[in-house]
Amino acid sequence: MSEPFPDASGDMLRETTARALRDLLTDAARAEMAGGAMPQALWRGLEELGLPYALLPEEAGGFGAPLAQALSLLIVAGEHALPLPLADAMLARFLLAKAGVEAPPGLLSVAQGSEVAIDGRGRAGGRAWGAPWGRHAAAIVVVAETAGGPVILAAPPSGLKVEPGADIAGDPSDDLRFEAVATSPAPFSVLEARAAGAATRALMIAGALRSVTDMTTQYAEERKQFGRAIGKFQAVQQNLAALAGQSASAAAAADLAAQALDAWGPGLIPAVAVAKVRCGEAAGAGAAIAHQTHGAIGFTREHRLHRYTLRLSAWRDAYGREAEWARRLGAHLIAAGPEGLWPALTAI
Amino acid sequence: MTSFVFPSPPPSPESEALRTQVRAFLRQELADRAPIDRAQSWNGVDPAFSRKLGQRGWLGLTWPKRYGGQERSALERYVLLEELLAAGAPVGGHWIAERQSGPSLLRYGSEEQKLAILPRIAAGECFFCIGMSEADTGSDLASVRTRAVRTDEGWRVNGAKLWTTGAQHSHYMILLCRTGPVDPERRHAGLSQFLVDLTLPGVAIRGIANLAGEPHFNEVVFDEALLPAEALLGGEGEGWKQVTGELAYERSGPERFLSSFTLLVELIRVLSPAPDERAQIAVGRLGAQLVALRRMSRSVAGLLQAGADPALEAAMVKDLGALVEQEIPEVARDLLADGPPTAASRDFAAVLAYTSLHAPSFSLRGGTREILRGIIARGLGLR
Ligand SMILES: Cc1cc2nc3c(=O)[nH]c(=O)nc-3n(C[C@H](O)[C@H](O)[C@H](O)COP(=O)(O)OP(=O)(O)OC[C@H]3O[C@@H](n4cnc5c(N)ncnc54)[C@H](O)[C@@H]3O)c2cc1C
Repeated sequence: MSEPFPDASGDMLRETTARALRDLLTDAARAEMAGGAMPQALWRGLEELGLPYALLPEEAGGFGAPLAQALSLLIVAGEHALPLPLADAMLARFLLAKAGVEAPPGLLSVAQGSEVAIDGRGRAGGRAWGAPWGRHAAAIVVVAETAGGPVILAAPPSGLKVEPGADIAGDPSDDLRFEAVATSPAPFSVLEARAAGAATRALMIAGALRSVTDMTTQYAEERKQFGRAIGKFQAVQQNLAALAGQSASAAAAADLAAQALDAWGPGLIPAVAVAKVRCGEAAGAGAAIAHQTHGAIGFTREHRLHRYTLRLSAWRDAYGREAEWARRLGAHLIAAGPEGLWPALTAI
Repeated sequence: MTSFVFPSPPPSPESEALRTQVRAFLRQELADRAPIDRAQSWNGVDPAFSRKLGQRGWLGLTWPKRYGGQERSALERYVLLEELLAAGAPVGGHWIAERQSGPSLLRYGSEEQKLAILPRIAAGECFFCIGMSEADTGSDLASVRTRAVRTDEGWRVNGAKLWTTGAQHSHYMILLCRTGPVDPERRHAGLSQFLVDLTLPGVAIRGIANLAGEPHFNEVVFDEALLPAEALLGGEGEGWKQVTGELAYERSGPERFLSSFTLLVELIRVLSPAPDERAQIAVGRLGAQLVALRRMSRSVAGLLQAGADPALEAAMVKDLGALVEQEIPEVARDLLADGPPTAASRDFAAVLAYTSLHAPSFSLRGGTREILRGIIARGLGLR
């Protein structure tokens, strides 16, 4: 199944992912996905490389790279504005493995939120929402709070009623109702699982912003007005410098989240909060500059910038917007008090 | 296409050990330092404090032992600096000497200059100021008019430097001036740097009150000032190359995003009894920016340690850093409602006033926002 990537820097993993996406994420595949269909060849290609298993230990099908490095393949997914739920498939297997639950084969997705009740026989019923590509999944992972503590479940399609939906990018994001699904205790909180999801979005935003910076700079060098490249105008240069700054800052924050996910300790929530807030803000500011620079052509469905704007918006919304994570981080910092503020910041 | 990459800062257990020591030292030394004094950040001057740092070996941490340094890493120095700044320590006396004048001397100075001056900087006994700007020379640094002319014994200097921070407390200035003819074709030629003893006859320092009413910066007038031949720093005509190197040191440190930090501390002091959701969100947004900047700034320290030249990355940190430094007073003033004054609210108001009145300078000093973004745009290949 998975190829070995005995590579602590993650470079080989990222390069392989990039090559696969360049080859397989064709215009035809994108057109298929735009209708909500699953491009089988593309997904099979990613499966064959073992990418959905990337966050597992080597003996369970992972690559043996440090988790922070394995997570960085999501930067590559972001660079390609990948609509498929690679992040969710990775996350589903990661959470199930952490809980010691055997994962079913096939495409797995994760619901971003849930309301669950436990019946007399310890089985879960309720609703969950925001499962990317849930309608195509072999199982959807739900982490829920219950009176007896947090639980994790992998709901198979048989026990599910899927209500198709879409995120702002138009990519499938489905809601579900289920009954009598077996659960296992989760050795992590619902918030920690949410943080893991938020970290995947931060990483993809960082990747997307890198591509947006590159493509916008290139466009400014090519597009001519008033007899010269628009990139020669100082106003445009200043905007692009600000875009590059947002992109670099998002990457730094996302890197922090990847390392916190790797360490999986009390530092997880503050670090992911930093990443989700910073990447969310950078996504907004960055996309605005990219559009300003591209002019009308960037405001079309024809130009590839739209793929990035759409996913930046969707990933920014997923697993908690800036205000949600800023409130959490702010509460943490204020609770540290005036003397504890600096130690709290340096601990992140 | 150039993408800016800030590599993850390398782990540095020595730095964390140093952090613990610095925190313990500052807790004791600064126990009685009032918030309004801490708010001065790296403008606060206290020669006795500078000497204490020198005695502990905490100035010139990365320099060779031969010149009074400790030969420790750029990452350790980074930690030391950020701890001093976060605590609002009065580092202004030695800051410029340690940050840029010393490193410039190390790079371009003669052995005599290095041996004479670097150990004194490392001891916290010798302070420097920056002689770059003039009345008609700001962003366009190559246009300086102050001129040094060769004489039999050395150099005669005429002209005036402006906005010279801390000249009144300083022993030396590194002066950028013209030594060759103006050549419109080669604007960067004919410039040189000098090591100027500020007690020499013909050098006059006059304080200028800033927006907050404090005389932090000065005019320094040179009227037929005679410098000895050995005052030349580096090569004659090499001034441009040298000053560009000096600016890279000037821009790369954590003081470029921590100038308003004391205000954030005081904000949290007044908010913490009853924080509401709006305050939490606002503080969280500022905290996220600061943490991201810290990571970028540590990455710059890691690049310095690896022998790279992170001038572009430093420009980016300074540009983003000034944004958050200026946002902090903007956010802080809006989070507190009027009410009956208390001791804490008076402290907060004083720090808020101080920081607000210094904020406009954060995107001017050390290179304006527009100039920094121009540098970044060049890094992107646009210029
Ligand atoms: C608090 C403080 C301390 C200082 N301390 C020192 C010191 O110790 N030593 C020292 O030598 N100097 C010092 N300076 C001076 C500082 O380096 C200059 O203020 C700075 O370089 C800008 O120069 P200027 O003020 O003359 O503005 P100008 O260069 O005249 O700029 C005015 C405005 O025009 C913009 N502008 C200028 N050129 C361009 C361009 N090419 N493209 C786009 N926009 C442009 C600038 O960005 C700015 O917004 C200090 C300044 C301050 C505020």
